[in-house]
Amino acid sequence: MKFSLSWLKYYLETDATIEQVADCLNRIGLEVEGIENPADKLVGFRVARVLTAAPHPQADKLQVLTVDSGDGNPLQVVCGAPNARAGLVGVFGVEGATVPANGMVLKKTAIRGVESNGMMCSVAELELGDDHDGIIELPADAPVGMAFAEYADASDPVIDVAITPNRQDCMGVMGIARDLAAASLGTFKPVEVPTIEGSYSCPTEIRTDDPEGCPAFYGRVIRGVKNGPSPDWMQARLKAAGQRPISALVDCTNYLMLACGRPAHAYDLAKLNGAVVARRAKDGETVTALNGKDYILTSEMTVIADDSGVHDIAGIMGGEHSGCSDDTSDVLLEIAYFTPERIARTGQALALTSDARSRFERGVDPAFIDDGLALLTDLIVQTCGGEPSDVIRAGQLPLDRKTVAYDTARCAALGGIDVPADRQKAILESLGFEVASDWKVTVPTWRRDIDGLADLVEEVVRIVGLDNVVSTPLPRADGVAKPTATPKQSLERKVRRAAAARGLNEAINWSFLPQKEADAFGGGIWSLENPISEDMKVMRPSLLPGLLSAVQRNMDRGASSVRLFEIGRCYLADRERLTAGIVLAGEKAPRAWATGKAARFDAYDTKAEVLALLAAAGVATDGLMVMGEAGDHYHPGQSATLRMGPKNVLAAFGTLHPATAKAFDLDGTIIAAEIFLDAIPAKKGAGFMRPAFTPPALQAVTRDFAFLVPEQLPAGDLVRTIKGCDKENIVAVRLFDRFAGQGVPEGQVSLAIEVTLQPGDKSYTDEDLKAISDRVVAAAAKQGATLRG
Amino acid sequence: MTDIATLQNQILSAIETADTPDALESVRIDALGKQGSVSALLKTLGQMSPEERQVQGPVINGLREAVTNGIAAKKATLETAILNQRLATERLDMTLPAPEAPRGTVHPVSQVMDELAEIFADMGFAVAEGPEIEDDWHNFSALNIPETHPARAMHDTFYFPDKDAEGRSMLLRTHTSPVQIRTMTSQEPPIRIIAPGRVYRSDSDATHTPMFHQIEGLVIDKGIHLGHLKWTLETFLRAYFERDDVVLRLRPSYFPFTEPSVEVDVGYSVVKGKRVIGGSEGWMEVLGSGMVHRRVIEACGLDPDVWQGFAFGTGVDRLAMLKYGMDDLRAFFDGDNRWLQHYGFNALDVPTLSGGVGA
Repeated sequence: MKFSLSWLKYYLETDATIEQVADCLNRIGLEVEGIENPADKLVGFRVARVLTAAPHPQADKLQVLTVDSGDGNPLQVVCGAPNARAGLVGVFGVEGATVPANGMVLKKTAIRGVESNGMMCSVAELELGDDHDGIIELPADAPVGMAFAEYADASDPVIDVAITPNRQDCMGVMGIARDLAAASLGTFKPVEVPTIEGSYSCPTEIRTDDPEGCPAFYGRVIRGVKNGPSPDWMQARLKAAGQRPISALVDCTNYLMLACGRPAHAYDLAKLNGAVVARRAKDGETVTALNGKDYILTSEMTVIADDSGVHDIAGIMGGEHSGCSDDTSDVLLEIAYFTPERIARTGQALALTSDARSRFERGVDPAFIDDGLALLTDLIVQTCGGEPSDVIRAGQLPLDRKTVAYDTARCAALGGIDVPADRQKAILESLGFEVASDWKVTVPTWRRDIDGLADLVEEVVRIVGLDNVVSTPLPRADGVAKPTATPKQSLERKVRRAAAARGLNEAINWSFLPQKEADAFGGGIWSLENPISEDMKVMRPSLLPGLLSAVQRNMDRGASSVRLFEIGRCYLADRERLTAGIVLAGEKAPRAWATGKAARFDAYDTKAEVLALLAAAGVATDGLMVMGEAGDHYHPGQSATLRMGPKNVLAAFGTLHPATAKAFDLDGTIIAAEIFLDAIPAKKGAGFMRPAFTPPALQAVTRDFAFLVPEQLPAGDLVRTIKGCDKENIVAVRLFDRFAGQGVPEGQVSLAIEVTLQPGDKSYTDEDLKAISDRVVAAAAKQGATLRG
Repeated sequence: MTDIATLQNQILSAIETADTPDALESVRIDALGKQGSVSALLKTLGQMSPEERQVQGPVINGLREAVTNGIAAKKATLETAILNQRLATERLDMTLPAPEAPRGTVHPVSQVMDELAEIFADMGFAVAEGPEIEDDWHNFSALNIPETHPARAMHDTFYFPDKDAEGRSMLLRTHTSPVQIRTMTSQEPPIRIIAPGRVYRSDSDATHTPMFHQIEGLVIDKGIHLGHLKWTLETFLRAYFERDDVVLRLRPSYFPFTEPSVEVDVGYSVVKGKRVIGGSEGWMEVLGSGMVHRRVIEACGLDPDVWQGFAFGTGVDRLAMLKYGMDDLRAFFDGDNRWLQHYGFNALDVPTLSGGVGA
């Protein structure tokens, strides 16, 4: 909402400066978004007289002028305006001034070989209008040398205020003045409403057939108006408000809306046919609105129509057909009360916004309808002449006024400021509330937003000033602060920091993906109806697509090695799954003097990351099963899942399927993993006590075994079998070599395994060791392994 | 000079001239070996009369001790020389680069969320969570934003075509405020929570991204008023920026789910052309807040005449930018390794109250 300071002062008697007004607006909750002074743009432009005008020696359309700008030192100026002539008084831009319309800084120059100092300006160049035809012509007695801003009285700052959706009453300058007056910035001067006597009865029938959507519809005819430009004072105010003047009839309705927050509409009576009725639209009925667009209506919408059809989407936008034009001589004024919810639904359904809608859907003052009509009639008669008819008042205005049982103690209890009761009463009354002796407060008709005690507290507190709220510490529990993180949150934090500690970089990627990227990962369940772009449409079913795209962008920027991870949600049908995703690409280690060529990542690198992060999450990784079915986006032979029991998949990892990599424009081997953090079971048992442990007195011994096994045997199975064959003695089993080739039969591999044995109270005898070895060999044999000779 | 003294001189000078461990060893064998000259003398002690032995014993033993010590000392000298010689050949160029280890980082948003959790834990606030795919009841209606409310349009909501079992429209939450509802409907007051998380609005330009992070705060208790809200926000912002000169300016505002509603500006100063939080040269909007609307409390099944409290919400990304100086929000979600390396945090920079929450 924009308005000029002078317009505000029309409703508010005050000596306050623009800064004081702005401070006060901010203080009472009308947030100032900007202040602009049109005079600032006109610095360096002065009233000046053309002394002489002679043809330019080189150009037919140019003249060479001497211009007196009041300093007794006439300057030579080249000018192309057809109306430039000796004796003309106009506006001169001196050297150094900036032309508002194009930002050009004026300087001494030569035009077709003739020196020119400054510029005589047109209306358009000073952004005062659209007229390009020539330079400005001021009255001959305009004082030469005076700053043009001063001459034109342009120093009228414009304030831009953000009005929150609850404050319809401040969507008019008058309402803002009322609020400022309540905050003691001045005295409120409500608009004086004239009495209009109709000289004939309204010739057009007006009624409302939709009392639900349009409870009241008032109107009158004015005959014999003459449309044309509106008066300068009105245009100035409209322009300050950012509204383009159109014609006197339209400007008058806009002026009423901006001044008093009251939309109204003027129809060209000649274009109407029969009774003008507020009714529900018929399904499929259409109207061409003033914005030139066609709208298809439904029976959920209220319209204003006559015998020929719809003329107006009620409370939102008038129709093109029945609007006023230069030829209009008789008008029908419509001033109605529309139900806010109906306007909101209609506006949403048609995706149509307008100044009228934004006021009606917030709820205009239902009591300001006769006054509004009188003011509008007066404005039109003043500017366009004409003869007003009687008023027709159809329907019933919702004039019931709300009352709130107030309790002054709530101001301190809720608002945190102790305000004396009489001051509270004064504040409420200055805002238009009526306060009875028992503190029953009657809400003014223009404050539809007020419906409870807390609202009244807010009114008092905002006028007293939130600066006066005293900081009050929250009560604090005894002792030091207790831990607040849930087990799930602690787990997430640990995994995040473990990943970063292992050299991975945390990224945060979009939750939504392009359709085809989601499809590459089995498709997404959730697809937006109104995505901001097709690239942000489907909620991610996996963290990997986002990470892969990020890797691809990094590779495009020349990265040689990328280690990214993300911890975030995947969006499944029944839940949002907290997942950690990892992608490794490029070089694992760069070429180096000690190690030679660069090393690439392989599937075991991601296995290491997954095990480390699961361990950080508190999982006993020794007991996990390595199984298949990592997913179609992985290389079928270089991927696996880690499971706790055969069903519960904690992680999937491996080499990315080359087809998936290609879908993301990635070359080379890409390594990926997903850890499903929600699958990790909560830690059992409470307390900090660890199981008892004393380091064994006797040293552990190791024994090495080399086995020939069938090539297809998973090495993990052999290790697990050996580990389990003598739990009393075997404490660790480590595979340290795998070999195929010379000396190993075709179809077999040699696996070398180190077994660690921990003696109890006595050292092992040779017989003990032989017996354990035999058990190891026997167990291995069950997996088809034979001890190498 | 006695024979023994002569022998001692001879042997010590042989020790002195021995220049290798082998030469020294042969001196030792010549003196102390089974057939050695000193050993031979020692053997004579047995045949002596006690009187003779009393005289000769200390002399011969002295000889043996002198020789033994001489050899040990020489041996140590020779070994040191050999070690030094070997070390001289083992020199490494210590200016050569050491093996490189990749440096990992924590994203600024995660770091700031941890900082906030730490600060608010001290004030007794737990961290609550809720779904990002919400229904319109939790995101709007329960928060006193009915369907026709103009505020709904201001939220630029992303919708799904889906409805839930109760016929509610599914959408991406536009703020973290639905977590207020989920907390109040599942937990008995008194309540003190913060709820950080992703939120979504259909908006994209230099300072807006369609996805960003918010943090919500909620206190529901008896006798809570605006003064408590002001204290909480002051305390939080001072702790977060680790500055005592953080000044707040409260302005009346409007949110459908709070009444009264308060917008909070924080004062800044300009240092080297950049806005730095602290002081009051200018003001910037950082927080929306207010006393929880009684309709919201009612919608959650609590008695608004018994329970009241405040709520606030702010942008996590914005807080990160204000503290650590990033100026482009879009870079937060680009995964550019170079940006992550520059603005990311070390894994061990875990925010703690004793060590300071900032890093």
